[in-house]
Amino acid sequence: MSNMNLTLKIWRQKDAQSKGVMETYEVKDISPDSSFLEMLDVLNENLVSQKQEPIAFDHDCREGICGTCSLYISGRAHGPMRGVTTCQLHMRSFKDGDTIYIEPWRSKAMPVIKDLIVDRSAFDRIQQAGGFISVNTSGNTQDANGIPIPKGDADKAFDAAACIGCGACVATCKNGSAMLFVSAKVSQFALLPQGRVEAAKRVLNMVHQMDKEGFGNCTNTGACEVECPKGISLENIARMNREYLSAKVVSDEKIG
Amino acid sequence: MSKLDSKIPTGPIKDKWTKHKNDINVVNPANKRLIDIIVIGTGLAGGSAAASLAELGYNVKAFCYQDSPRRAHSIAAQGGINASKNYQNDNDSDYRLFYDTVKGGDYRSREANVYRLAEVSGNIIDQCVAQGVPFARDYGGLLDNRSFGGVLVSRTFYAKGQTGQQLLLGAYSAMNRQIAKGKITMYNRHEMLELVVVDGKARGIIARNLVTGEIERHSAHAVVIGSGGYGNVFYLSTNAMGSNATAAWKIHKKGAYFANPCYTQIHPTCIPRSGEHQSKLTLMSESLRNDGRIWVPKKLEDAEAIRAKKKKPTDIPEEDRDYYLERRYPAFGNLVPRDVASRAAKERCDAGYGVNATGEAVYLDFASAIERYGKEKAHVLGMHNPSKEKITELGEKVIEEKYGNLFQMYEKIVDENPYKTPMMIYPAVHYTMGGIWVDYNLMTTIPGCYCIGEANFSDHGANRLGASALMQGLADGYFVLPYTIGDYLANEIRTGEIPTDTPEFDEAEKSVRDRLEKLLSIKGTKSVDHFHKRLGKVMWNYVGMARNADGLKKAMDEIKKIREEFWSDLYVPGELNAMNTELEKAGRVADFLELGEFFAVDALNRNESCGGHFREEYQTEEGEAKRDDENYAYVAAWEWTGDPRTPILHKEELTFHDIELKQRSYK
Repeated sequence: MSNMNLTLKIWRQKDAQSKGVMETYEVKDISPDSSFLEMLDVLNENLVSQKQEPIAFDHDCREGICGTCSLYISGRAHGPMRGVTTCQLHMRSFKDGDTIYIEPWRSKAMPVIKDLIVDRSAFDRIQQAGGFISVNTSGNTQDANGIPIPKGDADKAFDAAACIGCGACVATCKNGSAMLFVSAKVSQFALLPQGRVEAAKRVLNMVHQMDKEGFGNCTNTGACEVECPKGISLENIARMNREYLSAKVVSDEKIG
Repeated sequence: MSKLDSKIPTGPIKDKWTKHKNDINVVNPANKRLIDIIVIGTGLAGGSAAASLAELGYNVKAFCYQDSPRRAHSIAAQGGINASKNYQNDNDSDYRLFYDTVKGGDYRSREANVYRLAEVSGNIIDQCVAQGVPFARDYGGLLDNRSFGGVLVSRTFYAKGQTGQQLLLGAYSAMNRQIAKGKITMYNRHEMLELVVVDGKARGIIARNLVTGEIERHSAHAVVIGSGGYGNVFYLSTNAMGSNATAAWKIHKKGAYFANPCYTQIHPTCIPRSGEHQSKLTLMSESLRNDGRIWVPKKLEDAEAIRAKKKKPTDIPEEDRDYYLERRYPAFGNLVPRDVASRAAKERCDAGYGVNATGEAVYLDFASAIERYGKEKAHVLGMHNPSKEKITELGEKVIEEKYGNLFQMYEKIVDENPYKTPMMIYPAVHYTMGGIWVDYNLMTTIPGCYCIGEANFSDHGANRLGASALMQGLADGYFVLPYTIGDYLANEIRTGEIPTDTPEFDEAEKSVRDRLEKLLSIKGTKSVDHFHKRLGKVMWNYVGMARNADGLKKAMDEIKKIREEFWSDLYVPGELNAMNTELEKAGRVADFLELGEFFAVDALNRNESCGGHFREEYQTEEGEAKRDDENYAYVAAWEWTGDPRTPILHKEELTFHDIELKQRSYK
């Protein structure tokens, strides 16, 4: 496959207060082996050499695990491939002459900070509301093998814990719902004996915070699961709904 | 008097830590509430320290440059975490973990620190399980282990290929609990740009808010640096794009000695580079060496044919393959330590046996593991005479369960299916064993300034063993610093809040502002990345896997030249008082341009080969690293003088009471 020339339509927005606009850029001679973000590096290098401000976008590990990168690429979160983050997307997925639209995550609860960078601190606040097990650091917790955990439960807990908190689920959802993200954490802990103790309180508090942040509701469309780069399953949402219902109806736990 | 007092407790090695904990001061809970601590970095070390210190009752202010503490680069650690639990009944012990680590580090680490690390390793696993970290388990519900390089036991705990992620999310959840309580104040998207020292003690920092560009003052009774390593001085490394040495470098310039910068780990199993556009390198976990066999063709003409794409690796018959690690190191085979494996790959590629277009790649082949697992599985399923296809199918499933995400990552990047054709790998810069010098308490040579995790120099000597970085980060943050910092802070209970309207803060803020304005005002013609790439090339060519005196001198001169050009021809767009990603990078690269030259000074000073530091002049006849214990069994702790070329050397002599110094052998 030979190198390609592309037209990019990119969202530019000076800051949270300013109005944004789509701008058009051309990039030339892009190697199909380069990653999508390396293609943007080339563009930014060109912009800097023309004394213009580069496109601001979030990125860090560039191996699909830190959850920093985002980008809505031609109408899809993390681009056209399934099961990858934007930083793992390679240009061989595009053709010479393509026009690519690049936008930030769009959600009321995740406002734009600059260009393609959004504020995802709402996710942190949801985790702070209950995404933990209340155990202090000590050298005296019980031995790690003290409580055997059935492999199936441990594996499911792991699969839920694989969420990288990128926000693709929210960006993709027509309701701007964060249910997949929240349910992944709720599920991880609900499946483990260590997390069971606080399960009712946790789900009440996390859901309460999620609603407070302005995320929408889940209407079971399933787009989040399709676009999730880590394949977090919709089953987690079902589990969270069960946990929530039983916390509301059966337990004495209250929000707070 | 030299400031280098390592404060190693007296007594037998196995009692030192217990004795020390009994001897040091403790701050009472009511007084802890009066004390502020700043923690820079929220990876495994910084995150676990922030959470533990806040649990104890201190007021913690935590800083990270990322948009959330959960994104620190510890998250990318793949393979696992070591602990001497002996769950596999394979004769593991604290002593064996200690011994393996000191030997693996080529006898250049401090015995007492390493023993303590081994001692608390088991607690880490207990703690993480209690936090809900979903480690891999076997069908009996108990924790599973695997092996890593340089050891003969299975002591590595793991969560698929995402162990770092799961451990970091554990520390992050512990932090969240304290953030919710108000015991940690979290400063996301903030970068520390200066340390403030008042009357000789660390009293605060100057940080830049990366969203607004505002320069802020923060005070505390102690400052903890947990900002990671400096691998990005090579431009291309497995570090994150934002990983930087700035916090560590700033404290160095304020008086903290920097130790052994030349000890850098080049990891043997990374995806080879593909072209000039490359922005970073991706690691393929060392755990793959449990099952993958490393080879190159025996015949030069086969290597040439493969490079020309006239032959495929699967065309090379078994007898024409050179499994060079198994050949050279029969005892450890593919699981030799990283430095040994990396040099062996370079040796084969330099000799012309490389297998990709650039000639810088070797194969990591899973075919025999797939067959072995396939047969085993077929046996379990009671199949008699299974077909070859069935065996392959079953074997691939087993491999997928073990390494699925790594195989997927490889396929996305290289566009080849590693189940069907061997992976191509090549060494890449991964981890830095060198770092800020600290004493047994993890305090730097600046009173009240601590350094933990990869940012310090302490536990890995000249080479780190696989799955030991996670162990060290969490040991420092959960189980060491929270005790040792109390010894210092016990004298601070009457200090009261540290004001920020003092001349020291004024001066520090001014120096930060001046420097940022200077970077913006050069208005030259070249981008930050331009200089960073040039620096990286010099570092890799002359200060990389193999070094010699001439090359190091050349590197020092070239880096100095690049630095001078940087300060006269750099162009940084945008403004100071707004989000400005180019300005952030410029500050970091400016520091790397000093650190790089200093790095070469240390490498030139160390006239021996040890671990990750390989000087071509000092090797055995078989091409192995040749140490000089008589003259170089010391930690080189350097004091900043204003010029990276002329730091002052302070030596901490290393003494070995519990391990005999000998030539490392993995044969």
